[in-house]
Amino acid sequence: MLKLIQKLTAGIVLSGLIFASSGLTANAAVPESKEPIKVVMMGYSGDNIIMFIYGELIKKLGYNVEYTPADYIGQFTGVGAGDLHIASPGWDTTAKAVLAEAFASGNVLNMGDIGIAVNEDWWYPLYVKEVCPGLPDWKALLEPGCVKALSVVETEPKARFLSGPIEWGGTDPERIAAMGLDFEVINAGSDGALAADLVAAIKRKQPIVAWSWEPYWIPALYPGEFVTWPEFDDACYDDPSWGMNSKMTHDCGRPNGFMWKAAWSGGEKVWPKAYDVWRKFKLDAKTAGELVYKSDVDGVDTKVVAEQWIAENESTWKPWLE
Amino acid sequence: MDVTKSSLQQNKLRLNPGLVAILVAIVVSLIITSQPTLLAWANDYPKSWVLPVSNYLSDFVKWLVNDASLGLFTFKEFTRGIGSILNAPTLFLKSLLVTGFKIEGETQTLLQIPPLSWLGVTAAIGLMTASLGDRRLTIFVVLVFLYVAFIGLWDSTMLTLASIIVAVLIGIGSGVLLGIASFKWTIVDRVLTPTFDFMQTMPVFAYLVPALMLFGYGPAAAMVVTLIYATPPMARITKISLGQLDSETVEYGRMAGCSKHQLTWEVLIPSIRPRLMVGVNQVIMLTLNMVIIASLIGAGGLGFDVWQALKALRIGQGAEAGIAITLVAIVLDRLSQQFAARRPVHQDIQPSAAQRYRLPMLMIAVAIGATIIGQWLPAISQVPDSWTFSTGKFWDNIIDWININGYEYIDGFRRFFFVYLLKPTKGFMLSLPWLGVVMVMAAIGYHLGGIRLAVLAGVLVGFIATVGLWEKAMISVYLVGVCVFIASLVGIPIGVIAAGNQRVHNIVQVIIDTLQTLPSFVYLIPVIMLFSVGEFTAMVAIVMYAIVPAIRYTDHGIRQVSTEVIEAARAMGCTRMQILRRVQLPLALPEIMLGINQTLMMGLSMLVITALVGTRDLGQETLIALSKVDPGRGVTAGICVAIIAITADRLINAWVQQRKMKLGLDGK
Repeated sequence: MLKLIQKLTAGIVLSGLIFASSGLTANAAVPESKEPIKVVMMGYSGDNIIMFIYGELIKKLGYNVEYTPADYIGQFTGVGAGDLHIASPGWDTTAKAVLAEAFASGNVLNMGDIGIAVNEDWWYPLYVKEVCPGLPDWKALLEPGCVKALSVVETEPKARFLSGPIEWGGTDPERIAAMGLDFEVINAGSDGALAADLVAAIKRKQPIVAWSWEPYWIPALYPGEFVTWPEFDDACYDDPSWGMNSKMTHDCGRPNGFMWKAAWSGGEKVWPKAYDVWRKFKLDAKTAGELVYKSDVDGVDTKVVAEQWIAENESTWKPWLE
Repeated sequence: MDVTKSSLQQNKLRLNPGLVAILVAIVVSLIITSQPTLLAWANDYPKSWVLPVSNYLSDFVKWLVNDASLGLFTFKEFTRGIGSILNAPTLFLKSLLVTGFKIEGETQTLLQIPPLSWLGVTAAIGLMTASLGDRRLTIFVVLVFLYVAFIGLWDSTMLTLASIIVAVLIGIGSGVLLGIASFKWTIVDRVLTPTFDFMQTMPVFAYLVPALMLFGYGPAAAMVVTLIYATPPMARITKISLGQLDSETVEYGRMAGCSKHQLTWEVLIPSIRPRLMVGVNQVIMLTLNMVIIASLIGAGGLGFDVWQALKALRIGQGAEAGIAITLVAIVLDRLSQQFAARRPVHQDIQPSAAQRYRLPMLMIAVAIGATIIGQWLPAISQVPDSWTFSTGKFWDNIIDWININGYEYIDGFRRFFFVYLLKPTKGFMLSLPWLGVVMVMAAIGYHLGGIRLAVLAGVLVGFIATVGLWEKAMISVYLVGVCVFIASLVGIPIGVIAAGNQRVHNIVQVIIDTLQTLPSFVYLIPVIMLFSVGEFTAMVAIVMYAIVPAIRYTDHGIRQVSTEVIEAARAMGCTRMQILRRVQLPLALPEIMLGINQTLMMGLSMLVITALVGTRDLGQETLIALSKVDPGRGVTAGICVAIIAITADRLINAWVQQRKMKLGLDGK
């Protein structure tokens, strides 16, 4: 019996040795540590692709990478505590406050913006123009015919605006009041719920105006437009006298912003080169849009999309690794 | 029957003080409502009276995380330490099954051992099941493993298994220990019973933030959260089973000269083993219920697959992963039941080590053998992509078809419910004065259980108002109340039919088992697509999940009515309908009420899930707290949900006791 055990152990060790990886003999200092770097995977195609590109690139330098699933907002708690290391990008439009708080704590490093301008606002599929002629200009939403077409049993006689979760901090009720729109906000409790409602409505061609953003797969997949508002100005949110409604704030469009890279501050010492790569990491919006399209419309796995991009764009990423 | 009559007569003669109290409370409530300005404070709880409980709790958690010290080390170091102990076995299993082992040198990987081959694991598990002697189960288990392999979910399933198995084992172990402790010492029981109530009814999102802070973002926090939720039933069942044990068993143990330790572990626990299996089943089911939420805080696995697929509206893919979760639950449950059913065999000759360990050795040999062969035949080490298939498109198309062709009817249905049921009920609930509700609940408590229950109900319900969550609590009560009503309306008749017809019973069993283990997310997204965001959708999702106990308990309750009573009724010339209405239903009523109680509990536990649809209730409060990383806010809302559950539970149970006594049933 004992012999058998001995043989088996020997077998395991042997087979392990035989298949021991050759390892990448990169430059002597890098990687500074074999401790795995935990890279957050949020589950959105666009963000997954970005994180996969980064992760696969630093793997080339010999780092151990662990892709760790986490929730969008919740990840910053994990990054602050050092349980996660490289955060999925935070968007100005939805995570501004959380990001500011995380950066202020000193536990999370601001690694700069990725280079992708993001846009989040009221969005509609193109066929809505038939019932609300004059779109994308917001004034089209004032027309009674348009309001009637957009109303549902829960909001009657008002029109429905389908928004994201309350905690995303959309200022729609304020805007609706300031601009005299006959709309009621219905909040979806999660991004999944928002997408489900919106896409189902699009498929049955029901008129709908909903919260959406770019880069994201819904505007990439279905033809539609963002509503245009009086241009945003800082004063618009603070100063009631600014804009068309002299008594209220929020009578304008939404501020645009960027996608921010964040990382656990303690990791700077452990993997300086990997952090350096993350700082240099840049993608433009057009490329990001194409990558998202490849994944969501053509159905290519996000990791494969990332690997393809790496294979085809050596000249772009080579300087980051140097 | 005599008892019933005489108590009825008494009721007529003497005014029942409990009923009077309820009447008075209602009248006072009406007076309050009629004076909206004069008695404004009694209608809407004044903002200035709100106690900042959530701030206190936040401060407490922050103190715990940042400053609390246990002398040699801080509290956080302590919890983190526990976290890494909890993590260790999971990490080992994860390496064994999914990632393989890596031994790192200074700059290079020294040794890399591949994970076990899928074919090897399947064969090993197949061998193990076969040794239990149930051929149908063996085929089922092997098919399940092949399903997850060929649907392309092998790695995720193994990841889920790795964390689930450890959580289940710890849950069972600590459950049994806590159960024994509360059986032995009344004082422990006094503390644990209400603690368990809170653990079971507090929505998970409520304590997720503190758990993340203390145990770190990752599998350890996920496991702690899972254990909080899944351990109480095991402890309760252990305690109850020990309490119901014949005194003869204990006597026998004493006579045989057992020490205290031996008495517990070699006499008492083995003799309640069959009953404990109910607890084991519950631990497994509840642990798998938590898979999705655990995946959101870094546990990964099948839960993450479901979540990610549904975010991109790949319903079919989500369903495939969801079904894998259900199948894993069933496999674990059946295997554990089979193991438990094995009676110890008395053998005169002790089997040799070789005989005893033949099966485990064989399993290890098969698993490792396949893994080694897999290094030359990659198809054995990992399922090739070209072998996998997906039914995803099929399900997506079905939903699309219903959405496009059936929307007119669906919309009419939704409109009807909204206009005639949801909207008026919600309006009514929100118009109730808080003070009136507190008084009526206390009066009901008095009527059903005396002064103690009255105080309990009054104080608990009052607490909700004092923390300033009255409106969200009322929306929660309204939503769950409507759902319990509908679930009972649909579920009780189904249970009645299933009780009378074995074939229906079998079909219903499969459906309700699936509804209970299939993660609610899987059907939440299709339901949103068909019914769009709103309370109606939340209602559909809650009813689907909460209808299970309404059916199960009714079925069970009616089957339990003794055949003698039915025979007697038949001999008296009752028709089948009469037997049902006059004999079976009244006698099964206490059991049915317990089912409705469970329906209510499950409905409340769905609040967090439906908040993801967009309801403005206590569930939403916990979600907001989660995203704002505000531990106190989440816990406060969680306590309110628990309060609703506990108050309802106590009142219903008191009613059931009263009823059972009147019917002359066992009032234990």
